Amino acid sequence: MARNWEEFFIEKILLIAAISSIIIIIAIIGFVVGQGYTALGTIGILNFIFGLIWNPEYGLYGIFPLIIGTLSVVAVSLLFAVPLSILGAMFLAEVAPRTMRRILRPTIQTLAGVPSVIYGFFGLIVLVPFMRTHFGGSGFSILTASLILTVMVLPTILSISEDALRSIPVEYKEASLGLGATHWQTIKNVIFPAAIPGVITGVILGMGRAIGETMAVLMVAGNVPLIPTSILSPVRTLTANIALEMGEATGLHYNALFATGIVLLGIIIILLLIVNWVNYRQRVTIGGGYL
Amino acid sequence: MNRMIPPKYAQKIMNVVFWAVGILAIAILVMVIGYLLYVGLPQVNLTFLFSDPIDNGAAGGIWPSIVSTFYITIVALVVAAPLGVLAAVYLAEYSGENTFVKTIRFATETLASVPSIVFGLFGLAFFVVYLQMGFCILAGGLTLALMAIPTILRTSEVAIETVPQSYKEGSMALGSSKWQTVIRVVIPAAIGGITTGIILGMARAIEETAAILYTVGATTTVPVSLFDGGDPLPLHLYTLATEGISLPNAYGTAAVLVILILVITFSTNYLVERYTKKMMGR
Repeated sequence: MARNWEEFFIEKILLIAAISSIIIIIAIIGFVVGQGYTALGTIGILNFIFGLIWNPEYGLYGIFPLIIGTLSVVAVSLLFAVPLSILGAMFLAEVAPRTMRRILRPTIQTLAGVPSVIYGFFGLIVLVPFMRTHFGGSGFSILTASLILTVMVLPTILSISEDALRSIPVEYKEASLGLGATHWQTIKNVIFPAAIPGVITGVILGMGRAIGETMAVLMVAGNVPLIPTSILSPVRTLTANIALEMGEATGLHYNALFATGIVLLGIIIILLLIVNWVNYRQRVTIGGGYL
Repeated sequence: MNRMIPPKYAQKIMNVVFWAVGILAIAILVMVIGYLLYVGLPQVNLTFLFSDPIDNGAAGGIWPSIVSTFYITIVALVVAAPLGVLAAVYLAEYSGENTFVKTIRFATETLASVPSIVFGLFGLAFFVVYLQMGFCILAGGLTLALMAIPTILRTSEVAIETVPQSYKEGSMALGSSKWQTVIRVVIPAAIGGITTGIILGMARAIEETAAILYTVGATTTVPVSLFDGGDPLPLHLYTLATEGISLPNAYGTAAVLVILILVITFSTNYLVERYTKKMMGR
């Protein structure tokens, strides 16, 4: 009998640990929304999101330039990172010989583990001066931030895409090769199309990482809260905005920064819902179509 | 395009492209790490490591930052490791697949994707202000713990799930209860993966900057109690670099941070490799 009680209590303790994720995420959303919604009320949601000027000194809290800043940096970095990651994933999953795989895989892992402040510092002392000399301007720009972000999201997209490519049944590949297709034709026309849902998941998660990245972007993007006119314009992202101003913010300004956090959280949760939907669709298609 | 290039040539071109991408990835890593060690290592010596900074880091060393990083990481792990591992045991051994478990999984996924600066906002609003801890090691460490939980949970869960069913059946057949089986059979068999998860969580706590920007306080004296402010290495590097305080000291700090992360990455790889070999061997 004592045994049963013990088992019962242990199971409840484990259950509490498991629920902690839910409690924490609710607490985070609760506190960020709790501190931010007063600002949304005072400023007005539409004025906040579509307002063109962010200038707390004059009481102007429009985050539209920051949203554009985040979107432009993320879009340009994905433009570089997606093709590179997919090619890299194909290389690792299909083409690379054993020795190369043994070098490349830890390399990708280490790239993923380098602290963002280190990427930012490298960008600041190497990439920014380089861009200044070769492209003019201050060197702090969308392009500079995107290049750094490319390296940061590459491991995410690459490793998820590689898993997806590897999970394609070997019969598909054998059938294609058996019909006389070259290896590249097989990868391009058979393996890759079959792995697309996994690749999309990788790209969306990489996008999430790019949107949420703070320190590296903060150090190289220039942080000017204006709508950029070219790829060499400095921009300020949503995350950088919080990191830059939280130190001195009080009153409405403080709450407006939390409201910026609400927008970030909203974007990330929408992305995750899309990922789950893609995965669900994939299971339905594979289960219904082939198995 | 396809019709213009014969498949054989396309194959050759793509082989070159593939190798170029692979080599590019290696080149980027070597360049970033190599350059930072090249400019940073000459700044690092025992005096730099073990002395206090002078004028916010314009001269002197980084000892308080090393101590802060150590403290804050310990706080994060003491909280995150038990929670993450116990939650993993529940998900892998005690629960089926139902809506409740799916909700836990979605919450963990979301937690893993929340931007670090939003964790910082939460830490500020909850630990620093609401619980009145003030800017301190404890507030920073607890914020980092929340970030490390999903990493530890997911890695441990995978490790526990890969323990062969026959081990558990063997233990149960000998009359052990479920918990005895978990504690004496499952966890020892999965300990390699669990350790890897904890080390990855530790790496996440060591490298994080944005989440502690407004929770830990940036005090440049050696922290003694959990309620003292601190200035962990990444934060120290950020301040040195962006406020133009001292470039040589920033180089040195960056090198120390890079070495720390490299050591962690390599030891994880070593552990994983040894663990996989052991599991495959059986």
